[in-house]
Amino acid sequence: MKRVIYLDNAATTKVRPEVVEAMLPFYTENYGNPSSVYDFSAPCKEGMAHTRETIAKALGADSSEIYFTNGGTESDNWALTATAEAYASKGRHIITTQIEHHAILHTGQYLEARGFEVTYLPVDETGLVEIAELKKAIRPDTILISVMFANNEIGTIEPIREIGELAKERGILFHTDAVQAFGHEPINVDEYHIDMLSASAHKLNGPKGVGFLYIRKGLKLRSFIHGGAQERKRRAGTENVPGIVGMGKAVEIALAKMEENKKKETELRDYLIRRIMSEVPYTRLNGHPAKRLSNNANFAFQFIEGESLLIMLDMEGICGSSGSACTSGSLDPSHVLLAIGLPHEIAHGSLRLTLSEETTKEEIDFTVDCIKRIVERLRSMSPLYEDFVKSREKKDIRL
Amino acid sequence: MYSEKVMDHFQNPRNVGEIENASGVGTVGNAKCGDIMRIYLDIDEESHVIRDCKFKTFGCGAAVATSSMATELVKGKTIEEAMQVTNKAVMEALDGLPAVKVHCSLLAEEAIHAALWDYAQKHEIRIEGLDQPKSDISEHDEDEEY
Repeated sequence: MKRVIYLDNAATTKVRPEVVEAMLPFYTENYGNPSSVYDFSAPCKEGMAHTRETIAKALGADSSEIYFTNGGTESDNWALTATAEAYASKGRHIITTQIEHHAILHTGQYLEARGFEVTYLPVDETGLVEIAELKKAIRPDTILISVMFANNEIGTIEPIREIGELAKERGILFHTDAVQAFGHEPINVDEYHIDMLSASAHKLNGPKGVGFLYIRKGLKLRSFIHGGAQERKRRAGTENVPGIVGMGKAVEIALAKMEENKKKETELRDYLIRRIMSEVPYTRLNGHPAKRLSNNANFAFQFIEGESLLIMLDMEGICGSSGSACTSGSLDPSHVLLAIGLPHEIAHGSLRLTLSEETTKEEIDFTVDCIKRIVERLRSMSPLYEDFVKSREKKDIRL
Repeated sequence: MYSEKVMDHFQNPRNVGEIENASGVGTVGNAKCGDIMRIYLDIDEESHVIRDCKFKTFGCGAAVATSSMATELVKGKTIEEAMQVTNKAVMEALDGLPAVKVHCSLLAEEAIHAALWDYAQKHEIRIEGLDQPKSDISEHDEDEEY
């Protein structure tokens, strides 16, 4: 097999061997249904309880406030729809942002079709929500504010504490989609005044298909999936025990290594950004220069299109992602890149590279060398670049 | 997701470049949807044979491959024959395209037509079956006479 340089850790991550090891007995030996009364199922109950405690500790929460789901998308859907339903008598207005994941945006549209009003806050050119804008958007009938902890495309980390404080002050519930941040950034639900938080195991070297929703005690959130008494009657369905156990192990290791990994990834990411910005002309860095996830770099290369770039990187064994229309399956480029004010043709030329603790400097050097060569080649084929060069020549002559 | 032929034409595109003092140039598509194709034609005025054809494309793998294939298909043909090169012909020659990429082949056909239209305008001739291109976004307006 050819060498793979995996720089798409925001899409998903490698499951740690220790995590797999922790999960395996729950397929082979401890396969009981955790709802059963016999002793044979006790290890399943214990395994789940352990994960719940690990997560609760990580967030500064109580273990009774952690509800297992099948991942970030379900958690987001649940948080929004259930809050809307439960608090509709208080108000029918929800505030979120233009740069949320589709799990939030599409759920927002779903609620709009059912008589709720949703405000999608704009962000500044670095992707930050402005508190002044949020203040303006709050109405007497606002029941929920949902702002992502960190953006999945451009890595910008939002001012969650300020948003949480404001929400608390105004008596509005605050949900955050922390799928990209949990296990990577320190989060304390009390300190940040978070009422609900979504997360997913496969973004922190855990298994796919499992995640959780933190719901602050006292919230009258209804069940979203009906059919059983699991998760204190709030989320029916036999639990994904091996997945939950694996998530617990992944969270445990992620927390223990957080500081070390953040430091390592930030250094390497900054090296990547420095090299690209100084060696590839007509390039911009998307997202906030400092307030960003330690493993995220997102560039826009002018005059070229992202899918072509991705295919050519793939031929070199490099995995990245792009916000171009061709990769989004629609005619429009990424809504996040448009929200930070990028013109369409520049948004089409975006490339996201997300590192892991295993990424090496040698891999980054090889990747940058490939990007330089590929961007140059695609530009030599681009009519936009041709026009740019010709207009520049014209200007030079005039000068 | 792409056929071997598409990948071949993407990796080794034929006829990339410009033609100086081309007989006809056509640019179609727009940056908003992410695909722009420009076709240059060198046409023999006596025989109406396309002696040379070059392209430049901003777009995805399919956009590059369809441009490359379209130039191959019209090179050496007469204008009348080139008019028979449809998007379907381009797609077939590439062993098909994913459904979401069919518009790229349409754009390639339009780009050829836009370049032929430019040639027809310059020579004040009429090409059977050729209408003014809809999506021509040629930026050389200042060179045109009104």
